[in-house]
Amino acid sequence: MREVAVVGIGLTEFGEKWDTSFRNLFVEAGANALEDAGMSGDQIDEIFVGNMSGGRFVLQEHIGALIADFAGLTKNHIPSTRVEAACASGGLAFRQAYTTVASGIQDIVIAGGVEKMTDVGGSETTDALAGAADREWEGLVGATFPGLYAMIATDYMNRYGLTREQLAMVAVKNHYNGARNPMAQYRKEITVEDVLRSTLVADPLRLLDCSPVTDGAAAVILCPLEMAREFTDTPIKVLASSQASDTIALHDRRDFSTLDATVAAGRRAFKQASLTPKDIGMVEVHDCFTIVELCAIEDLGFCAKGQAGKLTEDGQTALGGSIPVNTSGGLKSCGHPVGATGIKQVCEIVEQLRGEAVGRQVDAEIGMTHNVGGTGATVVCNILGV
Amino acid sequence: MSVPRYWRKQLNRYNLKGSKCETCGRHFFPPRGLCPECRRDGKIVDCEFSGNGTVRTFSIIRTASSDYDIQTPYPLAIIELDEGTCMTAQVICEPEEIHIGMKVKRVFRRIIAEGNGGVIVYGTKFVPA
Ligand SMILES: CC(C)(COP(=O)(O)OP(=O)(O)OC[C@H]1O[C@@H](n2cnc3c(N)ncnc32)[C@H](O)[C@@H]1OP(=O)(O)O)[C@@H](O)C(=O)NCCC(=O)NCCS
Ligand SMILES: [Zn+2]
Repeated sequence: MREVAVVGIGLTEFGEKWDTSFRNLFVEAGANALEDAGMSGDQIDEIFVGNMSGGRFVLQEHIGALIADFAGLTKNHIPSTRVEAACASGGLAFRQAYTTVASGIQDIVIAGGVEKMTDVGGSETTDALAGAADREWEGLVGATFPGLYAMIATDYMNRYGLTREQLAMVAVKNHYNGARNPMAQYRKEITVEDVLRSTLVADPLRLLDCSPVTDGAAAVILCPLEMAREFTDTPIKVLASSQASDTIALHDRRDFSTLDATVAAGRRAFKQASLTPKDIGMVEVHDCFTIVELCAIEDLGFCAKGQAGKLTEDGQTALGGSIPVNTSGGLKSCGHPVGATGIKQVCEIVEQLRGEAVGRQVDAEIGMTHNVGGTGATVVCNILGV
Repeated sequence: MSVPRYWRKQLNRYNLKGSKCETCGRHFFPPRGLCPECRRDGKIVDCEFSGNGTVRTFSIIRTASSDYDIQTPYPLAIIELDEGTCMTAQVICEPEEIHIGMKVKRVFRRIIAEGNGGVIVYGTKFVPA
C-alpha cells in the first residue's frame, strides 16, 4: 500500500441554491479543487462521486457520467463512479478514492460529493430521506428520519441523565463555529433559549437540533504522497480510512444509544494510523441531529459513555477546548447536502491542518472525520495529518 | 410515501408472522430467511408472535411526509415483543401517555391512505395493554 495525500480541496457555498443546477454545483467544487492543487483536468485518472438521491431530489441517475461530462473530463474517457450510502455517500467516495490510490491502481483521483435537496418540497425531502433507513419496516409504519434519531435521544436521556439544555449546547456551539465559516448555510449564532423555543419536530428534538436541508458540493484530490509536492507545499497525509456496517433498522441494534458501526470504524482507523483518541487534535463528527454528536464523541472514544453532554457543557468540544468538535459548524450550521457532507468534513480538516481556517483555527497536527449513513448502518472514519 | 405493490400482499404485515432460528432460538420480525448468528447452520421456521410487547423507546412525530401528515402528532415507538425481538410501530394513545416500559398489544389498523382517495395500506399498530 502506498501512502496517500490530499493535495487539493474545493467547496461550493452551502445553502439554498435555486439559481444553480445539480451538475454545476459539482463542477464548481471540482474546479475549485483543481485550482487549489494547481492541476489541469487532464491529469485526473478517475472520479468517485458521493450522491444519495439524485433520483429523488432532481430526478437524475447516472450521476458518474453526468459529472465527468460537465466537468469536461469525457475527452480522456476516465472512469467515473457514483457511490451511495445515504448520508455517508461522501465518506464512501473518499474511501474509494483512497483505496484506489493506495493500491496503486490510479495516481490522481477526485473524490467528490453533491446533493441538491431544495428543488422538491419539504414533505418529499422527508420521504426521500426516510429511504436512508429501512423503508419497509421503519418508514412505512410512520418513522421519519428525525423521528428515528429522536428515539435514540429518548433512550439516551433516560439512561444517562442528559439534560435538554446540554443537548441544545451542541447546536449553540456548532452555530458559533459556523458563524465563522464563510461556506456555512446558517452563519448566525444562536442561544440555548433559541433551541428550546424552536418548533418540536420529533420529541425531544426541535428544529434547531436538526441539520437543515441543503444544496452543495465538495471535492478533494488525492495522489500518492511521493507525488504530492508537485502540487502543493502543504500536502495532508491520509493516515487512515475505514468503514463499517450495521443493521439497517434501528430496532435491530444491540444498544440504541451506541452506534456500533462508529465504534468499529473508529477502532479500525486508530489501528491503521497507530494512534489513540488522545492524539487527535480536532474531529468533524456527523451531527445530523444534536444527539448524534454526543453519541459520536463517546463511540469514537473521546470520553466515556454518558459523559459527552458534560464535556460539551464544560466547553471542551468548543474552539479552544481539549477536543474541538465540528469547527466547520458541523452539519447543523454548515448545512447537510447529504452526499457532499463526508467530503466537506475532509475539506475542513485539511483547511485546519494547513492553518487556513481563519477565525476558527485550531492548533493541531492530526484531525479526524466521522460520517454516518442512515441511523448508523454505515460509518466512515478518516484520520488526516500534516 | 408511495408503496411498492407487493408490500400489500405480504401477510406478515397484517398478522405478525415472523420467523425463528431453531438452532439458536432467536426470533425475527420481519422474518429473515437467514439467521445472522448461525447463517447456513441455522434452521429457519415460521412463527407467529403473541403481539404483546413493551415500549423500549419512543418519539412523538410532529413533522411527517405527506401521507402521514394528517395523523401528526403521533407516538412512534420501538417495541420489544415478548419473544425478544424489536420492531418499530405507532402506538395509539395520547402523546403524554407513552413512556418507556409501557406494556402494549398489537392491533390491526389502517397505516395510510395513499394520495387522495387512493389505496389504503393496513398494518400493525399497538395500543396500551
Ligand atoms: C428540521 C426540518 C424538518 C425543518 O424543516 P421545515 O419545518 O420545513 O423548516 P422551514 O424550511 O419551514 O424553515 C423555517 C425557518 O427555520 C430555518 N431553518 C430550517 N431548518 C433549519 C435548521 N435545521 N437549522 C436552522 N435553521 C433552520 C429556515 O431558514 C426558516 O427560516 P426563515 O423563516 O427565517 O426563512 C428540516 O430541516 C429537516 O427535515 N431536517 C433534517 C434533515 C435530515 O434528516 N437530514 C438527513 C440527516 S442524516
Ligand atoms: Zn441462529
